[in-house]
Amino acid sequence: MRRTPWERLSSASLTMEVSSSEPTLVPAPVRFLFSTLLGMYVANRASDKITQLTDNVYVCRSGSAADSQVVSDYVRYFLHQHTIQLGQPATVKVSANLIRMLAYNNKNMLQTGLIVGGWDKYEGGKIYGIPLGGTVVEQPFAIGGSGSSYLYGFFDQAWKENMTKEEAEQLVVKAVSLAIARDGASGGVVRTVIINSEGVTRNFYPGDKLQLWHEELEPQNSLLDILNAAGPEPMAM
Amino acid sequence: MSQSAVDVPPKGGFSFDMCKRNDMLIQKGLKAPSFLKTGTTIVGLIFQDGVILGADTRATEGPIVADKNCEKIHYMAPNIYCCGAGTAADTEAVTDMVSSQLRLHRYQTGRDSRVITALTLLKKHLFSYQGHVSAALVLGGVDITGPHLHTIYPHGSTDTLPFATMGSGSLAAMSVFEAKYKEGLTRDEGIKLVAEAICSGIFNDLGSGSNVDICVITKGNKEYLRNYMEPNPRTYVSSKGYSFTKKTEVLLTKITPLMERVEITEVGGEAMEE
Repeated sequence: MRRTPWERLSSASLTMEVSSSEPTLVPAPVRFLFSTLLGMYVANRASDKITQLTDNVYVCRSGSAADSQVVSDYVRYFLHQHTIQLGQPATVKVSANLIRMLAYNNKNMLQTGLIVGGWDKYEGGKIYGIPLGGTVVEQPFAIGGSGSSYLYGFFDQAWKENMTKEEAEQLVVKAVSLAIARDGASGGVVRTVIINSEGVTRNFYPGDKLQLWHEELEPQNSLLDILNAAGPEPMAM
Repeated sequence: MSQSAVDVPPKGGFSFDMCKRNDMLIQKGLKAPSFLKTGTTIVGLIFQDGVILGADTRATEGPIVADKNCEKIHYMAPNIYCCGAGTAADTEAVTDMVSSQLRLHRYQTGRDSRVITALTLLKKHLFSYQGHVSAALVLGGVDITGPHLHTIYPHGSTDTLPFATMGSGSLAAMSVFEAKYKEGLTRDEGIKLVAEAICSGIFNDLGSGSNVDICVITKGNKEYLRNYMEPNPRTYVSSKGYSFTKKTEVLLTKITPLMERVEITEVGGEAMEE
């Protein structure tokens, strides 16, 4: 029996990628949580869950922070070796299979779901999901993490083939903000990475500048501002 | 024919062989002895020209204060220090081990240690023990690439932050940082903020207490300010000493020699000799 210490730092969050006509998009909201005796504590409210593996391949991490960091560190190291031996950039498929190798061989030890995305000259923009068991699934879009369950329906409805870069990024930021609104464990800021034949662009969306959804409150500096605001009489009898 | 296929020694990492046995013993009612824990407030922040680390100085053993003035800011390298929370023995052992590895690495390379090297060595060790080495660390230092501040959790995950807190007092300390931290603090502002964060841990968290230790690391220089602040002095000690009211009085000064009361009689037979 394996012990699962309860205070294991885990990223309860949403990671996802969308493959549009050409570029690969890798966004993730960014917050690491771990439970304390008093419930939940946000250990890092602006962490970066999109990790670079090579110049043209990035990975979204979810699940145990320690496990996903170790896996991505090893894969980065393997890919650097591979790139030198090959004399050319590694493909996204190779990156995905290296992650699979570690995730599958150590499935009893690891609690991490990863999404690899990138661009290579053979297959263009590609996205692979590697969920808990260590399988590899090539997908047009992939979602993962605790917030992803809120998004399956949204993506089935909103994802279209051959979106432009702008459409795809807008979709992804919208999706993450929707998940942040519904999933208590996701939040903080939104980061996106766009990878295409021209290179990589990183974007940052602060948490207080995101779109507000159903019944969401405006960001406040102090709860007192809400209490003092003139509103309907709460106890009008 | 060799038997190596059967008896391959383990390659490293933690042995979980005894986990099942220990679970059985606990289920049968065994109470495992507790460890010396440092219910702690440790913090760190990046300022204008370097890193400042801070810690309280209380070590606890369950409800008992085991040490009122312990050191929680550990040396890693001349330009790198590390605050430790968790089991005192683990934080001490893991920082000592990595600091030794860093020194050997310096001898081999002839270059100053980097913070990222210390970070990798620490996280590798902690990850291989799957959280059983309970060390929660705030690692800070200045190297050729500039100032760096990291937090390391017992399971081996790491964060890179401009300001960080750890230990049972981390919530109290973080509330101070979240309210007052800004980029580009001066040295004095930084020290003041770190001391305030630690004090907030000392006063609001039962696991933390006593004094404030601070370590300021800048490019090519460091200052270890042991007991920078002593907000909890001993109130029951007088520098002048004490005078007690007389409770013992002299009743008799006449001395009666003992011999006067004793009768000595000669008894026949030989005296015993050795």
